[in-house]
Amino acid sequence: MINWLSAILVIGGLIFFFGGSIGIIRFPDFYSRLHPAGKLDTAGQLFTMSGIALYIAQDASLHTFLTAAKIVLIVIFIYITSPTATHAIIDAGVRAGLKPWTKEGQS
Amino acid sequence: MDPSPKRDNGSPDTSVGAPPSARRNTTFFLSFIICFILWLIFSGRFDAFHITLGLISSAIVSFLSGDLLFTASRPKGILRMWVRLAWYIPWLLYQVFLANLQVMYLTFHPRLIDKIDPQIIEFESRLKGDYSRTTFANSITLTPGTITVNVTVLGRFSVHCINTKAGEPLPGEMEKRIAEVFRE
Amino acid sequence: MMDTFFLYSGIFLGIIMFLSLYRAVFGPTVLDRLIGVNAIGSKTTVMLILVGLLYNRVDMFVDIALAYALLNFIAVLAASRYFQKKKGLYEEAP
Repeated sequence: MINWLSAILVIGGLIFFFGGSIGIIRFPDFYSRLHPAGKLDTAGQLFTMSGIALYIAQDASLHTFLTAAKIVLIVIFIYITSPTATHAIIDAGVRAGLKPWTKEGQS
Repeated sequence: MDPSPKRDNGSPDTSVGAPPSARRNTTFFLSFIICFILWLIFSGRFDAFHITLGLISSAIVSFLSGDLLFTASRPKGILRMWVRLAWYIPWLLYQVFLANLQVMYLTFHPRLIDKIDPQIIEFESRLKGDYSRTTFANSITLTPGTITVNVTVLGRFSVHCINTKAGEPLPGEMEKRIAEVFRE
Repeated sequence: MMDTFFLYSGIFLGIIMFLSLYRAVFGPTVLDRLIGVNAIGSKTTVMLILVGLLYNRVDMFVDIALAYALLNFIAVLAASRYFQKKKGLYEEAP
């Protein structure tokens, strides 16, 4: 039962990862490419990591609980740092003077 | 003749909030507790030797850099603020899930170019503190179709939106919830 | 049965990493390459834990994954701070 739940979570995370990669290729300019890169990757990490943590913690002992807690800490760390990294990249783009793609410009 | 001006020059201004020594002790203990819990989780061994090592090293770390994590302008409200922040997280996760579904829909749409209309909008925020502005900017980056570009000192946010519909409700409910978390 | 499932998820993740590698190789500007590298790094964190599950040593590979997440974040920060001063960044290719 728990195996099925964790498998569904991992598959959902992989779908999010797949959407992120396709979005990085398809979007027209640098600023809009950051939208799938910044959001879908963090969501994919959340789903896959929680699925794996659920799979690990199902045979209950102290050791596996510690490993699952480490995975949860990695997810919390990613949710703090990923917006910061996205903001750093977009700030570098603004300071370098890249013009955003707009529908009127069609560049 | 009157020695009082000379004496008043040297002493720091202690009229705001708690005295500095109490403030420093609070931040020291809070960061010590957090460091030690992290040590226990990451080491995974509970014999006396490793616990002693953890006590010593987290004491050193929280003595040297204890005032980085908590600025402690209000030492009494810190714990309640973290509890309210923990209540804010599930709502944020639900919003992040909706945002991801929206971006997935945009990504797999066959006529992608017609659907998006990127632009940079600006608005004023009424949040004042560093933590509240950081939380607000990170939440904007995580939620639907918006990325924070810049925040000025006066609280002016520049946000890059993927289309016009994503940028419309911006200062709205999220700012209200964060202002309630940080009591501003 | 779950081992096979994790093995095929790892293979699928590898294919997705090749898709992100397209943007890192052919990106028009340096910052596009940086986005591709960041996406590959965030997938590698998951990939390391999957490899740990296949070898039955998750307790060791989790530490490596945490170190890799830290390293990825610091590398992206340092690279974006470094490239923002470069003039002519947007003239690299049409």
